[in-house]
Order: sequence, then C-alpha cells, then structure tokens
Amino acid sequence: MSEKVLIRPHGGARWAIVAVVVAYVTVVIVVPLFALVATVAGDLRRVLEEILDPGALHALMLSAVVAVIALAVNGVAGVVGALVLVRQRFWGKRALDALIDMPLAVSPVMTGLAFLLLFGRGGWLRPVLDAAKLEVMFAFPGLVVATLFVTLPFTIREVALVLDEIGTSEEDAAATLGATSWQAFRLVTLPNIRHGLELGTTLTVARALGEFGAVLVIGGAISGKTQTATTFIHTAIDERRDATAYGIALILAAAAAALLVVLQRRPRKGT
Amino acid sequence: MGIRARNLSKSFGSAKVLDDVSFEIEPGELVALLGPSGGGKSTILRIIAGLDTADAGEVWLGGARVDGSHTRERHVGFVFQHYALFRHMTVRDNIAFGLSVQGAPLEHQNRRVAHLLELVGLEGLQDRMPSQLSGGQRQRVALARALAPEPKLLLLDEPFGAVDAKVREELRRWLRRLHDEFHVTSIFVTHDQEEAFAVSDRVLVINKGRLEQAGSPLEIVEHPETEFVASFVGEVNVFDAAMRGGKAWVGPLSTKAAIGPLSEKDREPPGDGTRVRLVVRSYDLKFWRDDSGTAVVKRVITLGDRVRVEAVLDGGSPIFAQFPRRSSLLTGIDAGSRIAVEITHARAWPMA
Repeated sequence: MSEKVLIRPHGGARWAIVAVVVAYVTVVIVVPLFALVATVAGDLRRVLEEILDPGALHALMLSAVVAVIALAVNGVAGVVGALVLVRQRFWGKRALDALIDMPLAVSPVMTGLAFLLLFGRGGWLRPVLDAAKLEVMFAFPGLVVATLFVTLPFTIREVALVLDEIGTSEEDAAATLGATSWQAFRLVTLPNIRHGLELGTTLTVARALGEFGAVLVIGGAISGKTQTATTFIHTAIDERRDATAYGIALILAAAAAALLVVLQRRPRKGT
Repeated sequence: MGIRARNLSKSFGSAKVLDDVSFEIEPGELVALLGPSGGGKSTILRIIAGLDTADAGEVWLGGARVDGSHTRERHVGFVFQHYALFRHMTVRDNIAFGLSVQGAPLEHQNRRVAHLLELVGLEGLQDRMPSQLSGGQRQRVALARALAPEPKLLLLDEPFGAVDAKVREELRRWLRRLHDEFHVTSIFVTHDQEEAFAVSDRVLVINKGRLEQAGSPLEIVEHPETEFVASFVGEVNVFDAAMRGGKAWVGPLSTKAAIGPLSEKDREPPGDGTRVRLVVRSYDLKFWRDDSGTAVVKRVITLGDRVRVEAVLDGGSPIFAQFPRRSSLLTGIDAGSRIAVEITHARAWPMA
C-alpha cells in the first residue's frame, strides 16, 4: 500500500469541511423528507382518509406481500447461491459471478421490457403459460418475478463476502467431530453467515418496497390488482390526488427508516 | 487404532502433491510427519481424516479400508493449524460439540467438558468466547474439543505453529505427556525438526510429495537414506566435491566419504573423477588456529550455549561449524584469523 497521507486541516478549514458535508446531506436527504412530513402533517385528516381508501390499502398490502416473498425466496436462493459460488468450482463460474450483478447495473424499465418479451403477447414463454393457464403479465406473478430479478444480488453478495472470509475449516472441524452435513450447516455455517444474511435480506426488502420501473412495465399498475405502493403514488400524482400520494410516500419512507434502524443495530464488523 | 496408507497419490491441477506414499503406523504410536512447507504433509493428514480424497491409493484404519467413508464415520480427532474453533460458541460448547451432535445426554457432556478443561488446564474459562483467549489457550481448547468424543486417532496439523516459542515448548511437553497417558494413536505435522524429534516415537520425512525416510529420530539423524534427509536434518554444509584417491575433495580439503545411506565401511568409495555432493553437519567439523591453515574466519557468532564460526576455504567455498561455547577449539579464533579445518564425518551422494 502506498504511504498514508494524513490531512489535518486546522481551525476554519476544518469547520468549513464539516459544514459543507452537513449542508450537502441536509439539502439532498433531510429537506425532501421534511417537506413530505410537513405536508402530511399540515393536512393530516385528509391524508388519513385518503390512504384508508381500499385502493391505497390494497397497494400497500401488495407491496408488503411481494417484499416478503422476495425476502423468503432470495434469502434461501442467496444462501445456496453464495455457497455454490464460493465453495464450488465449475466451468462458467466467472461468467455466473459477473451475471449476478446484472440487476444492479441495468435499468428496471429495461428489465420490465425483457420480461414483456418473454411473457407478453406473442412472448417466447407464451405457449407454456397458456398451457398452464398461468397469467404473468399484468398479474401478481409478474410483480413477483420482476421483484425477484431486481433483488437477486443482495443476499448472494453479502453472504458470499462472509463465506469467503471464514473459509471452510470450521465446517471441516464439525465433520471430524461427527456432525452430518446438515448439522454442520445449521450449527456452524448458518450462525457464521448470520450478519451477512441479515444485511442482504434487509437490503432485499428495501429494494423490493421501492421498486417502480419493472413492476410498472410488467404489472401495468391496475388499481386493486397490480398496483403496488410505488405505482399507486405515481398514479395518484397523475390524477392530482396529492394527499394520497404524500400519505403512501410517507409510509414507504417510514418503512425505509425502520429498515435503517435494523441495519444500524447490527454489530459492526470484527465482532 | 493402526493406520496403513498404501500408494497415496494426489494432484491439484497439474501440481503433484503426493506421489505414491506408503507407510504404516502401529496402534498407540506418536508419529511426526516432518518436511518443508508445501511438501504434502497436511494433505496426507486430510486424506486420512477424509477431508480430502486421494486420486489413487488406499487408507486403512484399524484393519478396515475407509476410502469413500465420510469423515464423521472415521472417529478421528483433528486439531487444525489455526485452531478452527467455532467462533460463535463458548469454550464449553466448542468442547461439547462432538458429543452434542452425536446426541450424548447433557449430563455426560458436562462431565466430559469439566474433565477435559481440567486436563488442559483451562478450568473456569468455559464461558469465554474463542476471541477472548490467547493463542496457547485456543490451542488447548482445540485439543480438548478433538479429544472429547474419544477418537481412536488424533491428527494434529502444525499444532504448535501459531504460538510463541515458550508456549510451544510447554505444549510439546504436554502433548507427549498426554500421549503417554492415553496412548491414542497420533500423527502430527511439523516443519520443525526439533519438534519432531522432541515429541515423536517415529518420524516420517516427507518432501515434494514423497516419503523420503521413516524411522526413529536417532535413525533419521544417524543414518539418513537420501541426500534430502541428510541435508534437511540438522545444520549442514553442502559442498560440490570430486573424488580422487578414495577421498572427496573440496578445494584444499579432503575427507573419506562413502556413498549414501550405508556406513562408510560397508561401501567402496566412488571411483576417481566422480562428482559428488558432500554433506557435512556443523558439528562434524574441527577448526583450530593455524597460520598455515586452509581457511580464513569471517564471522564468529555467539548463539547462547553454542558459537557458530563462519569461514571461507582457500578457493572460495564458504564453510561453517558450531562449537560449545567453552570449547578449547575456539581459542584464538577471531574474524580474520587463519585456521586449519578437518572434516570428521561426511556423507556423499553422486550428482545427478
């Protein structure tokens, strides 16, 4: 590593730097959130009435259900995927490794379009879906598929990072002590990857709740059917139902804040 | 439980890690696998435990062939190089792990843990986490954990490599005592010959995936069978020498030398002109002050109870010897003085 250069600004310079950082964070994050909270607070009754509207409640519920499914499916897939990616050697591993980050890199709207080509009218998988009488486009399964896609990398990446660091010697030790593979996984591996798994699944839920582009393209934001919290806000703004939009947005912001608290309460690395 | 390994071979990719290694270990023996790092010692241990599989060859434990059986069915206690303690479990849970996964009643577990803690001298530490222990303490927990399910075989991979010199000394003595008490067949891997000789009944010298020699510490020191063993064990001078008149010549020096493993009297010396590699232990040399001698002293280094003298022979070959601190041979030997050199014992191997 190159020599570490410590810059120790003095007096005024130091205060200036701190002030710039605080001001920047305030302008970019705090002010918009404050505007949201203030607006809702100023018109609390109307906002409450609006979000108790069945369409709004349904949208919130739908977002929650999709997030829980993403948490469960990508939680399990993330652990299994990370174990395979870190522990197994196979042809094409590097390509797979790179591919896993794809959902982070591409625009969700493009993701939605790709699924449209698969599931939409004349799509590649259409004959299979028709035979199974399964509706994906503009239906609940479409929302799930899109959300699974965009949240795939989080758990795999976080768990793989931890697995890479801890190695296999503790599992070897468990085997020599008479543990079955399942016992070794449950008693040794799982507790060791717990923090990575918690971080990965928290990010998964946050991302699932916030997803907009992909679920809009695939789900079509049909009120009472495929309208999630985010697409509901979009529609509400279009229809000039500002109070409703603010209310739902505030609930999403509160959920995000709760997830942040979970993340902050995690013990720091090195424990 | 006795161990028999037959024709073990293993490659990682194009690198051959083990090449046709065979050996037998009697029940109750304490054996060291000695050799330089990367020579395949740890791989042998892992294959015996079933943590790695050999590409070819057989492993027999107590008269049964075990290739293909899972590690947990082999009842092998394994002490890992960097302890591999379960980091999220207390000392108590680490030691009880083997009994617990095999479904032993809690009362039995507790009794066994208490007994083992006493045996390794860690009473009172059962509620600590591994991260709260010193290196030597972790090593003892690793040993107690391996011993808890009463294994028939104890395998130790560089067990004292990661602790400091003083603790290492203590753990060595402790391992030897433990073995003398319980007689569980044990193999430990080390690259430290002093450790191998101090602790084991028998030493297997492993180099580049091959078994160079198996024998008691004394046999290994006194009758090395290969050039590698001769030059790996102890501190040695290695010279390129030429045979002339039944003697090996290094510049102005000459010594009687016989080829290889058998003692000098059993073998004819190699013919004139044969080039040999001459291996001379640092204590098989005499130096004394002599202005008409054949070497010049470069450095005199005091190493506690011994003194190491480094010199250069006329003609340029470096040579060194070690003497007891108060040896009369050291009289008048200082940097720059001329000395006479005599080789009292040497072994020669023809150059490939």
